[in-house]
Amino acid sequence: MLNIGVLNQGIVIDHIKVGGAMKIYTYLDLENIDVSVAIIKNARSNKMGRKDIIKIEGTLNGINLDILGVLDHKITINIIENGEIIEKKNPTLPLHVENVLKCKNPRCITSIERGIPHSFRLTDKENGTYRCVYCEQSAK
Amino acid sequence: MRHIISPNDLNLSELDELLNLAEDIIKDPKKYSEACHRKKLATLFYEPSTRTRLSFEAAMLNLGGSVLGFSSGDASSAAKGESVADTIRVISSYADICAIRHPKEGAPYVASLHSSIPIINAGDGGHNHPTQTFTDLLTIKNLKGRFENLTVGFCGDLKFGRTVHSLIVALSRYKNINFVLISPDELKVPQYIKDEVLNAQNIPYKELRSLEEAIPSLDILYMTRVQKERFFNEEDYIRLKDTYILNSKKLSLAKEDMLVLHPLPRVNEIAVEVDEDPRAVYFKQAQFGVYVRMALIILLLRESEGRPIC
Repeated sequence: MLNIGVLNQGIVIDHIKVGGAMKIYTYLDLENIDVSVAIIKNARSNKMGRKDIIKIEGTLNGINLDILGVLDHKITINIIENGEIIEKKNPTLPLHVENVLKCKNPRCITSIERGIPHSFRLTDKENGTYRCVYCEQSAK
Repeated sequence: MRHIISPNDLNLSELDELLNLAEDIIKDPKKYSEACHRKKLATLFYEPSTRTRLSFEAAMLNLGGSVLGFSSGDASSAAKGESVADTIRVISSYADICAIRHPKEGAPYVASLHSSIPIINAGDGGHNHPTQTFTDLLTIKNLKGRFENLTVGFCGDLKFGRTVHSLIVALSRYKNINFVLISPDELKVPQYIKDEVLNAQNIPYKELRSLEEAIPSLDILYMTRVQKERFFNEEDYIRLKDTYILNSKKLSLAKEDMLVLHPLPRVNEIAVEVDEDPRAVYFKQAQFGVYVRMALIILLLRESEGRPIC
């Protein structure tokens, strides 16, 4: 396993499906936030075979981390303080999200109508499936 | 304000109310000839659909109301780039109720979010077409007398056929329904419908490729057209369009009281010789479409005046 070092204060987003780290990085806009970030891609995992991990040194004020479950419902979020994990949680999936996912159905009204949000609702909690409220296309 | 965007926007008792009202209209249409006097229906058809538009317009005219609207996107301000939201805000002040057809899926829902009059989805791309589903249900109710204990076969394009998806969902709410899904592999019912509707409710179904094999067990046979406009690739359309054709020979294998339904227009998936068979009820089904739309317009206008559907 590649070692990135221990965080003193921050967040580790673990068990990200392989290839999904950049999606989360982009959603959290980590490029424009003054924090140190390590992205580990394709790490070995007993549970998943392979996984991605994001380690963030610092705090992300005002960001609802549950929303990350929309992008990948199997992730684990570890909150680190003073070098220790003080909280380990799986995100609670929100029932409805706006402008987190984008509808990819070319026949959807969101492809032409101006000024409407990309809205999705949770239709299958078990599998974390979200469907577009307009065309009902699955986000996956 | 109630809008009808999907067939499931009516619960089972409201659906009963709708179908009972439609049957009452069938018995005595004259009784309803002034039911919508001085009311206006706007038909906003962003893509051509002569049959559905005329069915809506006939329904409103039969109720003593009047109609206004357009029959293609080119003839509307959409061609100038106006959004659906803006169009419906304006139309809300011109009419009392609106039927909207749009090639983009979800457009009627967007309209409903900005409308002060009831919106009826008259078809949005390959997504929903609730009044077709209500038409199909009225046909089954009126001619079969029940929704329970039926074996219903769907044949043809079960992948893109929105009428098929909607009717499967609608019939799944009744007891002891069996589905037989007859299509080539490329046009099978999408997996999510099998997972989220059929498997989720333990509704029995089988998938077959042969119409001849399926037809003897059926109480209802719902034929569909392979629609050119739903394909991105013309080669696929040409390869699959004539896969299933119902003719007298195949129909001879069916039960005496089986019904043949089709949302129309028919191209060549039902041979003309079948039209004379009493089991072929697709033209009657089109007529029922007017009655069910009459009933829906009445209920939604009543509801907009503060009287709940049921």
